[in-house]
Amino acid sequence: MKLGSTLLTAHLWLVLAFLYVPIVVMAVLGFNASPLYALPFEFDPVWYRALTSNTKLIDAGIHSVGIAIVNTIIATTLGTMAALAFARYSFRGKTIMQLLLFPPIAIPWLVIGTAMLVFFFWIDIKRGLFAILLGHVALSLPYVIVVVGARLATFPHAVEEAAATLGATPWQTFRRVTAPLLAPGVIGGGLFAFAVSFDQFVISYFLAPAGVTTLPVEIYGAIRKGFTPEINAISTIIIVVSMGVLLLTARFYRFGGER
Amino acid sequence: MSTVTVTDAVKKYDAVAALDSVTMTFREGELFGLLGPSGSGKTTLLRAIAGFVSLDRGQVLIDGQNVGGVPVHARNIGMMFQNYALFPHMSVAENVAFGLEVRGRPREEVARRVNEALAMVRLGGLEQRKPKQLSGGQQQRVALARALVTRPKVLLLDEPLGALDKHLRQEMQVELRRIQRQVGITTIFVTHDQEEALTLSDRIAIFNFGRIIQEGAPMEVYERPVTKFAAGFLGEANFLQGRVTAIEPNGLARVALDLGGEALCRLIGGQAGQTVLLALRPEKIKLSTDSQAGTNAVRGKVLDVVFSGNSTTYRVRVGNQVITLFRQNLAQGTVAPGSEVVLSWSPDHLVQVTP
Repeated sequence: MKLGSTLLTAHLWLVLAFLYVPIVVMAVLGFNASPLYALPFEFDPVWYRALTSNTKLIDAGIHSVGIAIVNTIIATTLGTMAALAFARYSFRGKTIMQLLLFPPIAIPWLVIGTAMLVFFFWIDIKRGLFAILLGHVALSLPYVIVVVGARLATFPHAVEEAAATLGATPWQTFRRVTAPLLAPGVIGGGLFAFAVSFDQFVISYFLAPAGVTTLPVEIYGAIRKGFTPEINAISTIIIVVSMGVLLLTARFYRFGGER
Repeated sequence: MSTVTVTDAVKKYDAVAALDSVTMTFREGELFGLLGPSGSGKTTLLRAIAGFVSLDRGQVLIDGQNVGGVPVHARNIGMMFQNYALFPHMSVAENVAFGLEVRGRPREEVARRVNEALAMVRLGGLEQRKPKQLSGGQQQRVALARALVTRPKVLLLDEPLGALDKHLRQEMQVELRRIQRQVGITTIFVTHDQEEALTLSDRIAIFNFGRIIQEGAPMEVYERPVTKFAAGFLGEANFLQGRVTAIEPNGLARVALDLGGEALCRLIGGQAGQTVLLALRPEKIKLSTDSQAGTNAVRGKVLDVVFSGNSTTYRVRVGNQVITLFRQNLAQGTVAPGSEVVLSWSPDHLVQVTP
């Protein structure tokens, strides 16, 4: 018993180390003065300072955050509406539509990206931020629908009926009862949409025209050209932002059921 | 205070009739219990009055006005749900205030009426709690206060005490009755618990397969059930099958019982040769070890004896049938299984029922 639990704990630490040691090393080297990653370690935030004058990276960062925010708003709104429709109404083809939600999560992004590139070319949507945004919305919608749908599955329908018997119009019921109770699910779905968009590389890469990039695409380009610890600095920033968003998601999503 | 009338209500789900031509009137200020097994239509009727179910045929009238086209929120009803359906994100006070706020009542009035309603259900001091921080009984009081604070025309209760344990249930039955009397609101409640229906209601209706089997004051329905279903659903009953052999000059009928022996009872328009089904409540049967079999007295053998405090339940084999009876625990002690006994009853306690 004692030995078993010690082994399990050791195993857990090994797994965590496997996941996080490379990240920690990368983050630490971002604060190292040497451009060639030479040791010994010498603390210097020079690469973060360099970032502030790297307009290409800053532009890419602004694009990424902007697209992620707009994507979050659109995908969350559409996804919540879709989840409500799935939960509340029965209509022709509902089961098929629900099943079709899952493959986009499983299909390799490379395939989806290629398909979108071809499709957008075919219907004459030019490569650019708008095309990237469309791609991101399509990609993050299923996540929002699944997350909000999970919240709706345990939604106590009787409270809406209770509100109606108390004299609340359907709109009052939605605003004062349904929406507040659904909020944790919607926020969770929204954070998912943000994370999916912000981290997205393949689709952004395919749909970005020359000269316009998002942060992951820009980093990819920089690495191919030969890089400095500046990349470590920006990567560290991305990781902090992404993990912050995901931790928030986990918090809202986990505790959502209990509020 | 209002009257509610339902005329010729029909509601079908697929081919199954949840309501099959139901016509009934709920009088001003009365507490009316709808009783029946699940799927008997009682809940459908309640939800049709609330406006959640639209009828295929027939009408619901509140104070003589057809509410067929009126949406739920405009019907001015109060409803208490099975699991209370309190708003989990609102405090007790906010829950109770909801109905007044959506009606746009001024803030001082809302505060005053919320306090009155919470005082009525004896929940003063818990205004700021969330529903989750309350016990089942307290949640129920909140639900009741919330339903009554808007002064609705009708109060609808869906299995109001179903989620409470036995002790709390009895306490809440008394409480519910007190508040209902105090407010004087026409109240319709659904239950599958016969004891609850008997103790709470001014009148009851027994439902089965979407139809009203019998309607009346609890004692009347209990003492004079009209069908085998009504007799068996409300309380317990033994059923004695027999054939009428003669009608006496005083109007009583002589019936040869299938289990052996003879009964004398009152029939409605019976005639010799006719087969009849008679219901006999277990508590109406006398058990003795030293009397003779005869008319309304049959010989049997005790199968088993269950002592349950204030009374003892006997199961007695009589002919090819097993008769159940309850005997009050006076000082006489119990009769041992295997004993030969005689069961007897008064002619008034044999009630003719339709099978």
